[in-house]
Amino acid sequence: MIEVKEVTKIYKVGDDEVRALDGVSLKINDGEMVAIMGPSGSGKSTLMAILGCLDIPTSGEYYVDNIEAAKMNDNQLASLRAHKVGFVFQTFNLLPRTSALENVMLPLTYDGTKMRDCIERAEKALEVVGLKDRMKHHPNQLSGGQQQRVAIARALVNDPAILLADEPTGNLDSKTGAEIMALFQHLHSEKHQTVIYVTHDAFIARHTDRIIHLMDGKVVRDEQIKNPIKAGTPRPDEMLSNGNGNHAKE
Amino acid sequence: MNILNNIRVALRALKANMLRSSLTVLGIVIGVAAVVALLSIGKGATAGITSQVEGLGTNLVTVSAARRFGLGGGGTAETELLYYSDYSAIAKKVQNIASITPYYQTQEPVATANRTANYSVIGVTPSYATVNSQTVEIGRFITTEDGAAKKRVAVIGATVSSELFMGLNPIGRNIKINNIQFEVVGVLASKGTSGFLSGDSNVLISLETGYSILFGGRATNNGKPILSGISISASNADSIDTVVSQTETILRSQHGLGLNDDLGLSVSSQAQMLSSLSTITATLTAFLGAIAGISLLVGGIGIMNITLVSVTERTREIGLRKAVGAPQRAILFQFLVETITLSLIGGTLGIALGASIAGVFTFLGIIDAAVTVDVLLLAFTFSALIGLFFGIYPAYQASKMRPIEALRYE
Ligand SMILES: Nc1ncnc2c1ncn2[C@@H]1O[C@H](COP(=O)(O)OP(=O)(O)O)[C@@H](O)[C@H]1O
Ligand SMILES: [Mg+2]
Repeated sequence: MIEVKEVTKIYKVGDDEVRALDGVSLKINDGEMVAIMGPSGSGKSTLMAILGCLDIPTSGEYYVDNIEAAKMNDNQLASLRAHKVGFVFQTFNLLPRTSALENVMLPLTYDGTKMRDCIERAEKALEVVGLKDRMKHHPNQLSGGQQQRVAIARALVNDPAILLADEPTGNLDSKTGAEIMALFQHLHSEKHQTVIYVTHDAFIARHTDRIIHLMDGKVVRDEQIKNPIKAGTPRPDEMLSNGNGNHAKE
Repeated sequence: MNILNNIRVALRALKANMLRSSLTVLGIVIGVAAVVALLSIGKGATAGITSQVEGLGTNLVTVSAARRFGLGGGGTAETELLYYSDYSAIAKKVQNIASITPYYQTQEPVATANRTANYSVIGVTPSYATVNSQTVEIGRFITTEDGAAKKRVAVIGATVSSELFMGLNPIGRNIKINNIQFEVVGVLASKGTSGFLSGDSNVLISLETGYSILFGGRATNNGKPILSGISISASNADSIDTVVSQTETILRSQHGLGLNDDLGLSVSSQAQMLSSLSTITATLTAFLGAIAGISLLVGGIGIMNITLVSVTERTREIGLRKAVGAPQRAILFQFLVETITLSLIGGTLGIALGASIAGVFTFLGIIDAAVTVDVLLLAFTFSALIGLFFGIYPAYQASKMRPIEALRYE
C-alpha cells in the first residue's frame, strides 16, 4: 500500500514559486490499477516522480509499504527504487548503443544479483513483453512501441510492488498505445501488481479501476470505475475527440 | 555491492561509446607521448653535453685569458694577458699537478694541393695529449725534439684529416698553414661524434715552432711570449680546489695584483664548467618540459571537451541509472573504472609513442635520447590525474542530482 499525506511540491524558478503539488492526499491499495488524469501542468509528472521515489516532496508525508520515504536521503531512495518501484517514462529513456537485454538488466546490476541470474531474469522480462526475439537489438533498431516494451520489461525485471508509468503511450500511436495498455492490464491481472499510470486519454484511463483527476496541483476528483474497459475493445467513436490526439497520426 | 558487476558495467559503457572513448584515449596519448619524447630528448641532450665536458680530460683545471665560463664575473677590469712565464711559475710552484700544458691557439687557413679551409691551429707541448686525454690514431704526437728543433710538423684531428685528405693516409704529406709548409706526422683519434669540444677539427703544432715562424707579433707582448691558455691535470679529484687556489695565488703575484684585485684571468675547473653547463641544460630541460606540459594540458582540454560534449548524454545516463536504483557510489565507481581504463590505455600507448619518437631521434643520430623511468612515471601520473579530474568531476556533479533532474537535463 502506498499513502500520500498533504504532499506539496514547490519549484523555485528565479524569484517565483511554482506550487506543482498543493496538499495532495491519496491512498492506493496493493493490486489496484489507477489512472491519473489532468490537464497539462496540473502536477501529474511531479506526483509520479514522488510516488516513484525519484524526487522528494517539499512537505508532507509519503509511505511505501509503511516506510516513510519523504525524508529519505539519496541512497536510501535509490535502494527503495531498486526494490519496490518500476518506472516507465514517456520518453522511454533507454541507454543508446546498448542491447535490449542489457537495458533490461540495468536495475539488477545495482541490487547485487549474480550475473547469470541477471541475464535469466532479463530474458524472462523481455519474454513477458513479447520481445524475446529482439534481445540483441539496440534501441535505434526498435520501433517506438518496442522501445517502450523494453522500458516496461526493465521496470518489471526486479518484480516491483508498484509499477508507475508517466504517459507511457504519449509518444506512441493509438494502436501501439492500446497494445501497451493491454500489456499493463495483463500484468495487473496476472501478477497483481499495483499499476499507476498517467494519461490524457479518457479511453485509456477507463481501462483502470480508478481515475484520480488532478488540477492545479490538487486532487479534484477520485472516481471509481465500475466496469473497466477490457484491453482490445475498439475505441468507441464518441471517445475519439477525448483522446490526446495521438490517433490522428494514423 | 558487486564490484565485478560494476566493472563490467563500466567496460560495457566504454564499449558502447567507442568513438568517445577513442577520442579521450587519443587526447591522453598525445599528452603523454609529448612529455615522454620531449623530456627524454632533453635528458639525452644534457647527458651528451655533460659527457663531452667530462671527455675533455680528468681533473682538468683550465687557465685562460677568457673570462670565467658562464659566470658573469661582473667586473669591468680589462682582461689580463697570460704569459708563458706564468706557465713556468705554475708548473714549478703549484703542488698536486699530474701534468700541465701551455697552448697558443689561432685560426689559420690550412691548405693541401687542392683544398683550403680554416681550422683552429694550436701550438702545444707533448703533455697536451695527456692533459686533454687525446690519443693518436696513426703516426705520432708532437715531441720535445720537435720543439727544440723547431720542426715544421703537425698532428691533425680526425675531421681535418677526412676533410683535407678524404680517406688518404695523411702521414708524411704536406699541408700549408698560412702558406708555411708543415709535414703531417700524426692523426688524433676521434673523441666524439661531432661535439663542439671534441678537438677533431684542430691542427696541432709545436708551441716553440709556432712562436718562431707562425704566430708572429700577436703572440708576444713587450717581447714576452703569451698564451691562450694553460691546461692542468690535477693529480686527483680532491686536489682540484687546491690547484685552482694555488694557481690563482701565483698568477696574482706574477701579475703584481693584490688579493682583492680582479684577476682578469679565468681559472676554472671542470667541475665548475659542469655546474655552469648543468644550469644551462636544466633550463633547456625545463623549457622542453614546459612545452610538454602545454601538450599535456591541450590533451587534457581535449579530454574535458569530449567529456563536456557528452555530459548531457551522460547526465541522462546517470539519471536513468539512479532512477533504476543505482546508489551514488556505484555511479562514481563506474566512472572511476571508465577513466582509469582510458588513462591506462592512453598512458601505455602514449609512452610507447613517445619512446618511439625519442628512439627515432636516437636512431637518426640527432640526440641520444634518454628514456628514463622517472619521465615515464611523471607522464603517466600526469595523464592519470588529468583523466581522473576531467572524467570524474562532471560525473560527480551529475551523481549528486536527483534522478528526475538528471533525466530532464539538457
Ligand atoms: N523542474 C521544474 N522546475 C520548475 N518548475 C517545474 C519543474 N517541473 C515542473 N514544473 C512546473 O510544475 C507544474 C507541474 O508540472 P508537471 O508535474 O510536469 O505537470 P504535468 O505532468 O501534469 O503536465 C508545471 O507548472 C510546471 O511548469
Ligand atoms: Mg507530465
